[in-house]
Amino acid sequence: MSDVETMNDELLLDIYRRANLVYQSDEKMRNLILSGSLQILYYSPRGQEILAAALMAALNADDYLVTTYRGIHDQLAKGIPSSDLWAEFAGKGNGTCKGKGGPMHITHPETGVMVTTGIVGSGMPIANGLALSSQLEGDGKVTVVCFGDAASNIGAFHESLNMAQIWKLPVVFVCQNNLYGEHTPVALSTGCDELIDRAPGYGIRAVQVNGNDAFAMYGAAKAAVDHARAGNGPTFIEAKTFRFFGHLLGDDSHYIPAEEMAAAKAADPIPAYRAALLDRQITEATLDAIDAQIAEEVEAASAHALASDYPDPAELRRDVFEKEIAA
Amino acid sequence: MSEQAVKQPPAMTFGQAINMAMDEAMALDRRVIMMGEDIADDQGGGVFGATKGLSAKYGVDRVRTTPISEQAIVGAAVGAALAGYRPVAEIMLMNFVTVAMDQIVNHAAKLRFMSGGQTSVPLTIRTATGAGVGFGGQHSDMLEAWFAHVPGLKVATASNPADAKGLLLSCILDNDPCIFIENSASYGVSGPAAEPGARVPLGKAAVAREGEDVTVIGYGPPIAHALAVAEEMQADGISVEVLDLRTIAPFDVEGVLASVRKTRRAVVVHEAVRAFGVGAEVSSVIHENLFDDLKAPVQRVGSAFAPVPFSPVLEQAFLYQRQDIADAVLKAVKH
Ligand SMILES: Cc1ncc(C[n+]2csc(CCOP(=O)(O)OP(=O)(O)O)c2C)c(N)n1
Ligand SMILES: [Mg+2]
Repeated sequence: MSDVETMNDELLLDIYRRANLVYQSDEKMRNLILSGSLQILYYSPRGQEILAAALMAALNADDYLVTTYRGIHDQLAKGIPSSDLWAEFAGKGNGTCKGKGGPMHITHPETGVMVTTGIVGSGMPIANGLALSSQLEGDGKVTVVCFGDAASNIGAFHESLNMAQIWKLPVVFVCQNNLYGEHTPVALSTGCDELIDRAPGYGIRAVQVNGNDAFAMYGAAKAAVDHARAGNGPTFIEAKTFRFFGHLLGDDSHYIPAEEMAAAKAADPIPAYRAALLDRQITEATLDAIDAQIAEEVEAASAHALASDYPDPAELRRDVFEKEIAA
Repeated sequence: MSEQAVKQPPAMTFGQAINMAMDEAMALDRRVIMMGEDIADDQGGGVFGATKGLSAKYGVDRVRTTPISEQAIVGAAVGAALAGYRPVAEIMLMNFVTVAMDQIVNHAAKLRFMSGGQTSVPLTIRTATGAGVGFGGQHSDMLEAWFAHVPGLKVATASNPADAKGLLLSCILDNDPCIFIENSASYGVSGPAAEPGARVPLGKAAVAREGEDVTVIGYGPPIAHALAVAEEMQADGISVEVLDLRTIAPFDVEGVLASVRKTRRAVVVHEAVRAFGVGAEVSSVIHENLFDDLKAPVQRVGSAFAPVPFSPVLEQAFLYQRQDIADAVLKAVKH
C-alpha cells in the first residue's frame, strides 16, 4: 500500500517533529492540569500522535481539517502555532479564538482548522460542506475530518458517508479507532466486526490501516488525499490506535483489561517510530536536537498561555452576530 | 428585460416572491447555492414548488437535490458557509428541522462566537409549517421560539408576499445564520408585488396599520387577522395599531416600545402554542420598559397547549382564532 521507499528523510523527520510536538505538549498539559495550574477538561491524545502526524503530513497547509474534542494532536500536527493554541486552552484573550471557544472548540482558518466539535459525529456533515465548496470553487483543497470509533454509531456518520459518495466530494473521513468510546469497547457498541465493514454499504472507497504505523498511515492518507484531489471522491479510513490516558484525564481506565493496556503500551508508537528512524540511519543527535527544540517551544508556549490575560468581558457581546450587540 | 419590467404584475404570490428572492440572490452572487429534498426541476422544484426553474437557470451544481438526510443537508450548508458560500437549505417542513437541531444550535449558531469571529456561517434555512391544513401533529408545528432562544440565530417570517421576498433576500445576503419560516397554506396567497431587488431589513418591524388605543404585535398569518380585527374595531371607535415584527429574533425592541409608548396597551399574537412562546418575551420586554405607562397588562394570544390535532374540529379548537385577538383587544381596552 504505502511505498515506504518514497518517504525520504525530510518527510520522516517532518512526521517525527509533528508527533513529538504533540507528545511533549500533551505531557506538559497533563502535568499542568494535575498540578492545578490549569483547570480544564482534557482528552489526552497520548498514543494517537503518530496517526495525526502522518495524516497531517499528507496534507497541504491550506487543506481543511475538522476534528473533535480529542483534537490537540490533530491541531498541532496540522500546524496551529503552539502559543496561540495553548493560550486558547487556557481561556486567554490572545488564544486562537479569543478564549471564547476553548479546548473543545478550536478554530484556526490560517492553518485550515475550520471546526473542532464537542458533539460526537457532528464534524462529518460540515466536512462535506467544506469539501463541496472546494468542488464548486475548483480550489483543489481536500477536507479531512477526524472522529472516533464510537462516532461511527451516530446517524450523521451514515448520512455523511452517503452524501459524500453520491456527490464525489473531496473529503477524507478518518476514523481514529482507539477501540473505546468513553468506557465502552467497540465490540459492545458496534454490530459489525470491523468499522471498515460499514463503508461498502455506501459504496465509498475504504481503507483499514494501523494508525500507529507512520509508514502505513502516511501511505493510506496520501493515497486518499490524492484520490480526493484528483476529483475521484471520498475515502473512509479506519485507522487503528489506542489511547493511554482513558477518555478524560482522571479516568483510571478500569474498564480496559490490564493485558490489553500492557500490550498497547508495549507497542507505544512514539518510541517505536524513533526506533524505526534510527534503523534508517537517522542519528540520535538529529532526533535529540528536534526534541530539544520542541521542548523549548512547548515551554515557551505554555508559559505564554499561563501569563496571558483573560478576555475582556465585553467580548460576550461580540461575535454573537456579525454586528456587536449593544451594551 | 425592460419589457418584462413594464409587464411586471401588480401582484405576486408568496410562492412567486420566495422563488424570485432566490433567483435574484443567485443572479447577484455565484456563491448562493441551494440544497434540499426534491428541489431541482427534475424532481419538481421542491414539494411546494418554491425552487422551480432555478436548477434549469443556474444548474444542478448550484441547486442540489439531496438525499433525505437533514443533518447532512444542514451540516453541508454550514460547511459551505464557513468556506464563504451562502447556502440556502430547504428543509421541507419545520418539524423535520428538529432532526438537524444539532447542526443548527451547536454549530451554525455558535461557530462565529466560538471561533472568536474567525469564521461565520452565512446560511439560510427555509422551512414551511403552520396548522389549519390537516397535516397533523408532525407537519404543522410553529417552533420559532426554539430558534429565537438560541444566541446567534436570526429568525424571520413574512405576513405578505412583498415582505417575504425582501426578507428572504436579506436573510440570504446576511452574514449570520437565518431561519426563514414559510407558511404551508400561503404559497398561493397573493399580495402587492415587491420592487425588483427590494430588501426588507432584518430586525425592523413594520407598522401594518396605524392606531391610537392598542397595539397588536405579531408576525406571519396572524397579521392578516389582526388587520381584520382592527377594521372591525374601528366601527366601535377603537383605534388599533398593528405591528408586524417580520424579524422574530432579534426583534425590533425600539419599534415595539415606540408603538406601545403611544398606545399604552398591547396584545401579542402568534400561531405557536401560547405557553413559553415569543409572546412571553415580547410581553416581558414591554412590561420591563413601560410598566408605568401601561393602561393594562399586555395580553397574549396563541394556540392551545396541545400537539396539533388532525380532526378539523380539534384543529380549529387548537388554533388561535381571530375572535381571540378581538377579545384580547377588548380586554386590554376595557381594563
Ligand atoms: C452527541 C454526543 N453524545 C455523547 C457525547 C459524550 N461523549 C463525549 S466523547 C464520547 C465518546 C466518543 O468516543 P469516540 O467517538 O470513540 O472518540 P474518542 O473519545 O475515543 O476519541 C461521548 C459519548 C457527546 N459529546 N456528544
Ligand atoms: Mg474511541
